[in-house]
Amino acid sequence: MRRDPWVSPAGLLPAGGETVGGQEGAGRSVGGGGARQPSVAAGAAQQLPSVSAQSPSLRRRNCSAAGQQEGRASTRPQGAPAMAGSGGTPKSLPSSGQKGLHDIHHPLSSSSSTTSTSSWGVGAEEPPEGSPRPATSPELLLHSGGVGDKDLSLPNGTPVETSSPASSSSLLNRLQLDEDLDGETRDLFVTVDDPKKHVCTMETYITYRVTTKTTRAEFNLPEYSVRRRYQDFDWLRIKLEESQPTHLIPPLPEKFVVKGVVDRFSEEFVETRRKALDKFLKRIADHPVLSFNEHFCVFLTAKDLSSYKKVGVALLSKMGESVKYVTGGYKLRSRPPEFAALGEYLDTFALKLGTIDRIAQRIIKEEVEYLVELREYGPVYSTWSGLEDELAEPLEGVSACIGNCSSALEELTEDMIEDSMPVLREYVLYSESMKNVLKKRDQVQAEYEAKLEAAALKREERAGVPTDVEKCQDRVECFNADLKADMERWQNNKRQDFKQLLMGMADKNIQYYEKCLTAWESIIPLLQDKQDTK
Amino acid sequence: MTEDNCLLKKIEISVSEAEKRTGRNAMNMQETYTAYLVETRSVDPLNEGQNSPPDSLWRRYSEFELLRNYLLVNYPCIVVPPLPEKRAEFVWHKLSADNMDPDFVERRRIGLENFLLRVASHPILCQDKIFYSFLTQESGWKEAVNETGFQIKADSRLKAINATFRVKNPDKRFSELKHYSDELQSVISHLLRVRARVADRLYGVYKVHGNYGRVFSEWSAIEKEMGDGLQSAGHHMDVYAASIDDILEEEEHYADQLKEYLFYAEALRSVCRKHELIQYDLEMAAMDLVSKKQQCEELTTGTVKTFSLKGMTSKLFGQETPEQREAKIKQLEEQIDEGEDQLKVKNTENKEFVRNAWEDIERFREQKNHDLKEALISYAVMQISMCKKGIQVWTNAKECFSKM
Repeated sequence: MRRDPWVSPAGLLPAGGETVGGQEGAGRSVGGGGARQPSVAAGAAQQLPSVSAQSPSLRRRNCSAAGQQEGRASTRPQGAPAMAGSGGTPKSLPSSGQKGLHDIHHPLSSSSSTTSTSSWGVGAEEPPEGSPRPATSPELLLHSGGVGDKDLSLPNGTPVETSSPASSSSLLNRLQLDEDLDGETRDLFVTVDDPKKHVCTMETYITYRVTTKTTRAEFNLPEYSVRRRYQDFDWLRIKLEESQPTHLIPPLPEKFVVKGVVDRFSEEFVETRRKALDKFLKRIADHPVLSFNEHFCVFLTAKDLSSYKKVGVALLSKMGESVKYVTGGYKLRSRPPEFAALGEYLDTFALKLGTIDRIAQRIIKEEVEYLVELREYGPVYSTWSGLEDELAEPLEGVSACIGNCSSALEELTEDMIEDSMPVLREYVLYSESMKNVLKKRDQVQAEYEAKLEAAALKREERAGVPTDVEKCQDRVECFNADLKADMERWQNNKRQDFKQLLMGMADKNIQYYEKCLTAWESIIPLLQDKQDTK
Repeated sequence: MTEDNCLLKKIEISVSEAEKRTGRNAMNMQETYTAYLVETRSVDPLNEGQNSPPDSLWRRYSEFELLRNYLLVNYPCIVVPPLPEKRAEFVWHKLSADNMDPDFVERRRIGLENFLLRVASHPILCQDKIFYSFLTQESGWKEAVNETGFQIKADSRLKAINATFRVKNPDKRFSELKHYSDELQSVISHLLRVRARVADRLYGVYKVHGNYGRVFSEWSAIEKEMGDGLQSAGHHMDVYAASIDDILEEEEHYADQLKEYLFYAEALRSVCRKHELIQYDLEMAAMDLVSKKQQCEELTTGTVKTFSLKGMTSKLFGQETPEQREAKIKQLEEQIDEGEDQLKVKNTENKEFVRNAWEDIERFREQKNHDLKEALISYAVMQISMCKKGIQVWTNAKECFSKM
């Protein structure tokens, strides 16, 4: 029986892997909306394994999910392609919220699960994922029982090879995940604000305050506030990429701003970056898997990051291996059609987005220049009015009116710079991130296919497929599933973001024209009254 | 304003067509020019039902110029309506500065018609015979104009340049008016320059939005849920980009209205210059008279009030004979009488000019205030319709976006 890819990290658990058939239920919990709720449930469950610990809505979901889960498990054929349970959805999720994702490690990740648990300082004795889930099936309990062993048997930082992730999720799960995004189950709120400039002898830099509010049990306190600088965010992103290689990691703002020489310490630059960093953390916090990442937790809570940073880059790992297959001239037999389509989509999307970004910038440039001219245009009428007697008032009126229009235009341009440009920027960077993840996926597939070929040659001598190949296949499937889930999530976010962006753009323009309209309409009587009294 | 004898009551005037022609000029060189069809139709108030068919004839821009120069010389105290610009000025990038450009020719056609209507509605100018034959007699008109000998009179205008610097007691009203026309000219030309740049930028803003139209449509091809919304929003962006052409074309009419007053400023100045010339003549005559009177007095009293070379010589070489003196005094007295008559004539001429000129200037002022207010209103109305169009397009686009 294959396990859900989202759960696959659970393969790290000693109890996991081939031994526990019903694993999927527990594992899947990690993904969906439940995943965002787990702290509450898990924490409570430690002492009191009762449904009452959960929010009513969650309970409902869990119950129904558990029911579905059983049925599905029995019917799913072995070796079904990984369908990216991607965390499942509330409805189908057997144990949503039950299990903290943080201790679930992906087989591809370079760091171990144990570190995560301990570094979080939560549930060291009784890891959250172990907490029994009342409403779930017996398989779950079985699974949780194994968890205890895992902590003992797995040394820190050891890559776990025993996993054999399997897919079990359904398409339905993925679709419903998106709805859950907007649900009220959010329990981790992160904000970036209050930038401060630090001037040292060696360097000058900006730090930002990162405030976390949460009800998750993985956090000791309900609230944290730390100061981080850009390179800390950078560190976090690298760590996320290492430990969650199969996931789409949101992009960071560029280290250096593209356009020429920009004052890194100017208020506008810092504010734009602050917003982008804020968005970055919020995207992670809203992600059913990434938000449970140990490094993310460390980033949000640790007073001093430097000790974590020194741990170094333990990036041996599969990735290095996979790269070999690709660079070795190995060609993918075929990308699964969905990923081939995704690749094509991304290429076109990036292209179009780049064009839109350029158009938006050009419009802003044109508007700024238009404003410069308008600012000169209005006062000319005023000068003229100084020469006239009867015409003085109408001319002065036109001058004031143009002044009003200029102000409206300035507002429009500023709003565009502040609201539209960052969104476009983020998505330009996002498309890069996605291309990278897609590339990694290809590498994993390449590795698998190469191994499969090698095995096929040997098979003539020895019957049976070597476990190594199986593991590889699992990895591919789990990667596919994770990526698909993230893509769904991304597509949905993208749709929402662009809808908001474009509607905002339309709104701003409507407001602009309305202001101008009011200004021009107000001077008509001024012009006409004079006419009549003559 | 007396409009009873206004020419427009009797005939309708229009410049209905423009045509590109090729011909030979005075140097026998090939040249291309534009001819304009001037149509007139007499309006008979008694039998309105059956108006006579229009008379039409072709005129070139240079003939309009000749007509105006003639009017300018013969009606020095009138603010003669200006012609539309010879070459496109204050253009922005989309407008062509080419004289043969159809848009330019069309705007000039309107401008020339406007000129004829302005002359025809002027209480004095409309009665001019040459003007009437300009409208009705195609052949021989040029010769008729030249026969009036206006060019000889025109030459005297050259003196005006000197007069400006020599007039001792300029009429305060006219110097103020001159100052006003200078200022008006500079402010309107500044305004037109800036407006051309404003139009240029506005054009840019709209047209760059048009790129959204294309990219939205291309992007929509790869999107599922967003596709339809993007596609139709792209269409609205195309509409938005295209709308600016009409808006700015209409605005060009406003610019032309301002241009007319830019050129009117020059016409005003011309009246001022002619007044200076008359004033100068008057002052010269008065000065001449004064000096003659003084000479006469010196001779009769025998005293030299001012130190002069003549006085010196007479002292050195002895007095003239009484007969000689008598003859001189008599001659001077005759000249003085003549001078006084002349001065009287010049004074009347001056007063007449001032009166007539001021009457026309007042008329012009009224016309200007009225026209410019109209122009400002239509400009504001244009802006309002542009804003409404903008709101409409963005509202449509927003609806598309909201369905994504």
